[in-house]
Amino acid sequence: MRPFAYQAPDDTGAAVRSVAERPDAVFLGGGTNLVDHLRLGVVSPGLLVDVTALTSTEITEVGGGLRVGAGVPNSELAADARVRSRYPVLAQALLSGASGQLRNMATTGGNPLQRTRCMYFQDVSTPCNKREPGSGCSAIGGSTRNHAVLGTSEHCIATHPSDMAVAMAALDAQVLVLGPDGERTIPFTELHRLPGDTPERDTVLEHGELITAIDLPELPMARRSRYRKVRDRASYAFALVSVAAALDVDGGVVREARIAFGGVAHAPWRARRAEEALRGATVSDESFAAAAAAELTDARPQPGVDGGNEFKIALLTRTLVATLRDLAREEA
Amino acid sequence: MDPDTTLRVDGVTHHLDLDPRASLLDTLRQRLGVMSPKKGCDHGQCGACTVLVDGRRVLACLSLAVAQDGHEITTADGLSEDGADHPVHRAFVEEDALQCGYCTPGQVCSAVGALDEFARGWPSAVTTDVAADPELDDAEIAERMSGNLCRCGAYKGIRAAVADAHREVSR
Repeated sequence: MRPFAYQAPDDTGAAVRSVAERPDAVFLGGGTNLVDHLRLGVVSPGLLVDVTALTSTEITEVGGGLRVGAGVPNSELAADARVRSRYPVLAQALLSGASGQLRNMATTGGNPLQRTRCMYFQDVSTPCNKREPGSGCSAIGGSTRNHAVLGTSEHCIATHPSDMAVAMAALDAQVLVLGPDGERTIPFTELHRLPGDTPERDTVLEHGELITAIDLPELPMARRSRYRKVRDRASYAFALVSVAAALDVDGGVVREARIAFGGVAHAPWRARRAEEALRGATVSDESFAAAAAAELTDARPQPGVDGGNEFKIALLTRTLVATLRDLAREEA
Repeated sequence: MDPDTTLRVDGVTHHLDLDPRASLLDTLRQRLGVMSPKKGCDHGQCGACTVLVDGRRVLACLSLAVAQDGHEITTADGLSEDGADHPVHRAFVEEDALQCGYCTPGQVCSAVGALDEFARGWPSAVTTDVAADPELDDAEIAERMSGNLCRCGAYKGIRAAVADAHREVSR
């Protein structure tokens, strides 16, 4: 591991200035992903600026919704009584991620910024455009079982690994950011980028910008919401596909739906076409499957030496149908 | 200069000059001779290095030691009070919850953390209604302990030991 300096400043402003003035500086949160990457040689920063003691660890009521400090551990966010009753999809998404130990370490601000678990990205002996721009993509034509089917580019087919982020995207959360030029708010659905020809950039954050909190807006329909995750083992594994959904049904007809997909794209994938297809539709497996089809029109499964990932189309369709069916039953 | 770091480990205070690269796990084992946390994968995938920091279970391999300044670290060794084994220690022995024993200190710390989380009413991924208080059945124990791998496959005994310890501590 390349040597690096460590700083634990007194406040977020000082932390932001420290990172902003050094191109090779990074923020340290829970460290669950960064420390592993330091060890693997995926990244080699010159300075780590520890923000774990600086950002808020409080969850507070704000305008009918909740403001979650960036320092709130994933475990405590999932355990919060208000989150469990008002946004069950978020509690379930958090609980389906990682392990008890990791959820105690991982933070609300750090979780969305974790990097892809693409095995080629994490293996420094293979080319990867995300790790080393211009070196090529080893995943395309390689093992693609865990890779994206939506929004890919010829440069990168990695997926975003976070479960929490999928729920946040469905809930229309807002990301509060402090940067060298002041504060700004970014809709959660616009935080993550698609790879395009710059897959090295996961998000729209500029160097030195720090997530200080995430706002969950008031959303009564989210009281009936669910997260369903399909993976290769029953626990402690990343999603092959996942669905975060909230459903508002009146007399057997869908009034409104909120849907996001995980495990299928470079970003948590807000499924607005599926939501549109469901508005006014009769509650039935057929209309739920039609909503999935509407969203997946542009899906491009990847061939691969491991059999590829075309299975994700059918798997995601069935997962969406099952999730919405459960929610409709809950409404009845 | 590296920052001065104060670590309190199993009730003993240590002042250390640390390389910022040193993990909490390597610091415990190599600098302080605290050998109960084990290095399995060193990547956060096996749970053998699990310790309690301020009472919460975490992975020592993914924690930088400099970032633990001022925190209270408890390993499986430090769970004993006045020389008496912790109820989770006793339950692991009673239920034969190990074979080679390499993962056991991590399992024990994880179980102590998991039982505390359950006592606080925290739900898990298998809790049917996350808004309600969960019941600690076998499926809940398996899910809550899924971050600790056992290559010997002593899971049946581990689940039984966690259930025993739960009955003991909630009595």
